Amino acid sequence: MRYGMAIDTLKCVGCADCVVACQTENKVPIGYCRDWITETVDGTYPLVEVELRSERCNHCENSPCVRCCPTGASHIIEGGIVLVTPEACIGCSACIESCPYDARYTHPSGHVDKCTFCHHRVEKGLNTACTSVCPTHCIYFGDLDNPRSDVSLALKNRKYKALAPEAGTGPQIFYLI
Amino acid sequence: MEKSRRNFIKVSALGVGGAMALGSSWNLVNASVFDSSKGEEVLSSEGKKLKRYPTYCEVCFWKCAGWVYLDEEGGIEKIIGNEKDTHCEGRLCPRGTGGVGMFSDPDRLKTPLIRVKKEDGDIFQEASWEEALDLIASKFSGIKEKYGAPSVALLKHGSPGKHFEHLFKAFGSDTIGEPAYAQCRGPREEGWAATFGGWVGSPEPTDIRDTKCLVLIGSHIGENMHNSQVQEMAQAIDKGSCIITVDPRMSTAATKSKYWLPIKPSTDIALLLAWMHVIIYDELYDAKHIEQNTHGFEELKKHVQTFTPEWAYGHTTIKPDVIRKTAHEMANAAPAVIVHPGRHVAWYGDDTQRGRAIAILNGLLGSWGKRGGFYLKESISVPKYPHPKYPHPKWDWKDLAKDYPMAKMGLTQEVIRASIPSEAGEHQVKAWLVAGTNLPKTIPNKAILKKAMEAVEFIAVVDTMPMDIVQHADVVLPECTYLERYDGIRSAANRTPSIALRMPARKPMYDSKPAWWIAKQLGERMGLGDYFNYNDYSEVIDWQLQQMGSSLEEMQHKGVKNFPRKSGSPYYQDGETIKLKTNTGKIELYSTELAALGFDPMPVFTKHPEPDPGFYRLIYGRAPMHTFSRTSNNANLSDLMDTNSLWMNPKTANVWGFSAGQEVYLKNQDGIISEFPIKIRVTERMRWDSVYMVHGFGHSNRKLTRAFGHGISDTDMITNVSIDPIMGGTGMRGNFVTFLTEKPEEAES
Amino acid sequence: MREELFVSGRNLPNIDPHLHAWHWPIPVYLFLGGLAAGLLFFASYYTILGKEKTMPTVVKWAPFIVPIALVVGLMALFYDLTNKLYFWRLYTTLRLESPMSWGAWVLMLVTPLSMVWVATYIKELIPSWDWKFPIIENTIEWFAKYRKVMAWILLPMSIILGIYTGILLSAFNARPLWNNSILGPLFLVSGLSTAAALIIWTSKDHAERLLFSKIDLVLIGIELFIIVHMMMGFMAGPSVQLEAAALLFGGAYTVVFWVFVVILGLLFPAALEIAELMGNKIPVAVPAIMVLMGGLIFRFVMVEAGQITRYLY
Repeated sequence: MRYGMAIDTLKCVGCADCVVACQTENKVPIGYCRDWITETVDGTYPLVEVELRSERCNHCENSPCVRCCPTGASHIIEGGIVLVTPEACIGCSACIESCPYDARYTHPSGHVDKCTFCHHRVEKGLNTACTSVCPTHCIYFGDLDNPRSDVSLALKNRKYKALAPEAGTGPQIFYLI
Repeated sequence: MEKSRRNFIKVSALGVGGAMALGSSWNLVNASVFDSSKGEEVLSSEGKKLKRYPTYCEVCFWKCAGWVYLDEEGGIEKIIGNEKDTHCEGRLCPRGTGGVGMFSDPDRLKTPLIRVKKEDGDIFQEASWEEALDLIASKFSGIKEKYGAPSVALLKHGSPGKHFEHLFKAFGSDTIGEPAYAQCRGPREEGWAATFGGWVGSPEPTDIRDTKCLVLIGSHIGENMHNSQVQEMAQAIDKGSCIITVDPRMSTAATKSKYWLPIKPSTDIALLLAWMHVIIYDELYDAKHIEQNTHGFEELKKHVQTFTPEWAYGHTTIKPDVIRKTAHEMANAAPAVIVHPGRHVAWYGDDTQRGRAIAILNGLLGSWGKRGGFYLKESISVPKYPHPKYPHPKWDWKDLAKDYPMAKMGLTQEVIRASIPSEAGEHQVKAWLVAGTNLPKTIPNKAILKKAMEAVEFIAVVDTMPMDIVQHADVVLPECTYLERYDGIRSAANRTPSIALRMPARKPMYDSKPAWWIAKQLGERMGLGDYFNYNDYSEVIDWQLQQMGSSLEEMQHKGVKNFPRKSGSPYYQDGETIKLKTNTGKIELYSTELAALGFDPMPVFTKHPEPDPGFYRLIYGRAPMHTFSRTSNNANLSDLMDTNSLWMNPKTANVWGFSAGQEVYLKNQDGIISEFPIKIRVTERMRWDSVYMVHGFGHSNRKLTRAFGHGISDTDMITNVSIDPIMGGTGMRGNFVTFLTEKPEEAES
Repeated sequence: MREELFVSGRNLPNIDPHLHAWHWPIPVYLFLGGLAAGLLFFASYYTILGKEKTMPTVVKWAPFIVPIALVVGLMALFYDLTNKLYFWRLYTTLRLESPMSWGAWVLMLVTPLSMVWVATYIKELIPSWDWKFPIIENTIEWFAKYRKVMAWILLPMSIILGIYTGILLSAFNARPLWNNSILGPLFLVSGLSTAAALIIWTSKDHAERLLFSKIDLVLIGIELFIIVHMMMGFMAGPSVQLEAAALLFGGAYTVVFWVFVVILGLLFPAALEIAELMGNKIPVAVPAIMVLMGGLIFRFVMVEAGQITRYLY
């Protein structure tokens, strides 16, 4: 069991619906976000390449945030989901410093917060909120170990990449290109 | 109020009206507007007991059906799409998902306001509903007595507009205008009607999910989040369909396209004619279809003979081989090809003809009524709730639009013009009710709008938010949001007919009221009680649903009901003759209607003015997380994008020595300077001769605490308006701007 | 032209537009921790060598600063925690992979031990000192007998503490400026150097001052050597490290690093110390304060600049 996500950059229109859906599902305070959209533009007019990506915590296999956490507040649960226990987090920000994706932030109530892969939904067999809301169906979620999961099928016949694999963290979010 | 200059209320200073009887207004509601027992109980993903209520979205006008989830404390937790709804397939767009921000906005209009004249400027005073409604009713009745009912005009949009339309027709006025027509979709509808005998309508019946080739001309699906179209475009991308995007800006859709044609703005008709030329002269059309279903092919063939791709290159800057290649792509895909009619198409004043050119191209390609082209939509009609016959108004919007023979709806700008005594003809407008439309962000040529607002005797505004228009009102009525009210049943034309219910999920916050209630109260005060023969709008809906074989109770649990098609297949069979309501019954490549009216029966290319040196064409558009100025103060959505930016090619930036993020003011060809500065986005996604910004920012009402002063209102920069002689559309893309690094002092207000 | 932008309006406080999750308390703490580690190292080293008598400043007086530095440093650290009520969670677990965790534990041992060390000397400093309670008096006296044992414990602990201040940063592979293995030794040497400077400044004994001037010169030499090594490492590194180094070579931190840290914090005081060793009269406080300031600024530069550097993708 290894949860992962594939995001089709060819379909993503960068509407940020995933961001709003996450905010309402997970009660992320206004002014903060657990996921976001990045746009990169390369080339010179009129030969321009644009990539739109929905980004979030990569739930790394070799998570630097979990490694750096002095209290064990950041931990990995079954399925490889990286979580933060707010009551064990002292707010030292070491995990924030350690994340190559800048995926963590300090919640106004003090603890560090980030994407949970909607584990409260996933536990019940539902998709993450961002996956369920995406109007272009460009987010695929599921068990990477199961060859028939949505995410495995999405990755099967397409070229894909991960973000900053050279950071050696083993990200579990893949971008179809 | 006597006829006097109505100044603009900068900060709506609030004094509480002395006679205001607190709480009395709620007693005016004699039936239960809100009954919390009606919500359906569901378990949340966290195992919590939530209640959900059906609605259809009002953040834009695609009207997706959804569910409003309430948390244990009764707060609105989230809004999720209704999985049975064909508009959204269970997935709302960011605005729909963020609709909760419309409800929770602390800046909402909270209580009726009445303008009070003061020596040092007018202020708003809080008032009771009785005071406010009485005042409006007496003003409207007085104007009716003095000038006749048609002198009271309704300018509206969206669901509240429907309720006031009923009120106005009962009152005897059909002086009604909606910016969605002349400022937006109107030209394409009439271009379409002249070709196919009917409007495109909304949602557009584009069969994008099965298309092999999608052509977008200045239409930016993905940035306009017309939900089902975006979903279907993603499906088309999945299937590897060829997308061709014509846009001076590399829109999001252009980034997904096989071909991006960065056309020189205002030359689209030249490209369309060249495409016709290639299809006809390379014999890429289906001769049998042309023979069977079209009228005027030979005339068209002759007409486009000289419009070669080489000719078009000179105008459009699109290379001839690209024009040929893309024409072949379309023809290869035909009839599974869509040349999208677009949506906001009021650009250059010849927009009906451009809409015609698009329609003709579709006619040549045979995409009408074909899988992967345009499907044949079907809707179910909602029976009219019984009411006395409307009186026949002495004059109406048609009289104001008589210069534009094909105008089929009220032209907002003409209603506005008729409000200025010196400009108006025999029919003068003396008072307005503005509902759900923020005119200063919608209507170009602010000077005329301002003059009209100063000239009319009375303005009442119904809105949920203190939009810019509110600053010009005599009376402001706070409407509750769509999450707190019943509205008319949504019946939409789609592949299959469907209806959707909107019911309140929450009791209205503050002292706000639903539009149906306001309309009824005004009606009763003006002696029109017979037209409002119900206590609660839910009675109307229930009666209508019963007639349709459903009930309010059923719809409260389902939210959406889909009906089977009655008109047969949504596609014509191969070889089947297409039936249309044009004069000839065929696809009119040569328009008999336009010819009879003395217009060009086939589109011609006219050169439009170009920017002077140092000026750049101002192009505006949409962002996926906003619906114009409606959402710029929505906390959830302004969190995603809180201002617009000015897209500028690096070459342009270089010439001016600008860097990304730098703020500039804009000055247009008529010397109009923007109220606020705008940040520059230096990007290769933009042509060098134009600049682009997202429409709907630059709010001037300080009461909008999140949106005030954020970015620029493109509408303020649009003073040169090219009116479409056919249907009165207001072409707004002929405006040019230059940059100022500082605001000149005399321009500061 | 390449453009990279957030289109979601991502605007996380202290994360965007660039990371600034660690504020002034962190470099202040790293400085004080390094200084304390250096002072303890010298104190325990010379105790083990049996030089209490000849080197009173090093062994007896300077260590009085250690508990103060550690407590102030810890207060700064505590101040920077965003979820302060749960700080005790640090001591319900030991996570060896987390430098911050073992740093917390090392501090937990070193701070009281340094206090005891100081306590055993307090009567020498203030003859009239009275512990009031015999039990404390007796305990301190008992500890005083085992100063050598304490020194043997403190010696490795102080090295760990000194290295820890660097490893705290270098453990973050997300920040290319920090993520190099030489940062631990560099911070240790810098800590020792600042400690030596403080000893020079506070010592009244000429021989002691002379010795520590020599020690400090050697340390400054090593520090410069390591800095050059670090730069070479960056220059030979992948693009992210090149970009990180660019901050110090022409980027935003160039002036503050080369002028205030390298020239005014290392080269100039080293020159003054050499001049003094050659017999010129130099006010001792000048090079000492320069080294101390250089050490503090160095940590500010590293913490601030490091947070700007990131992986680009």
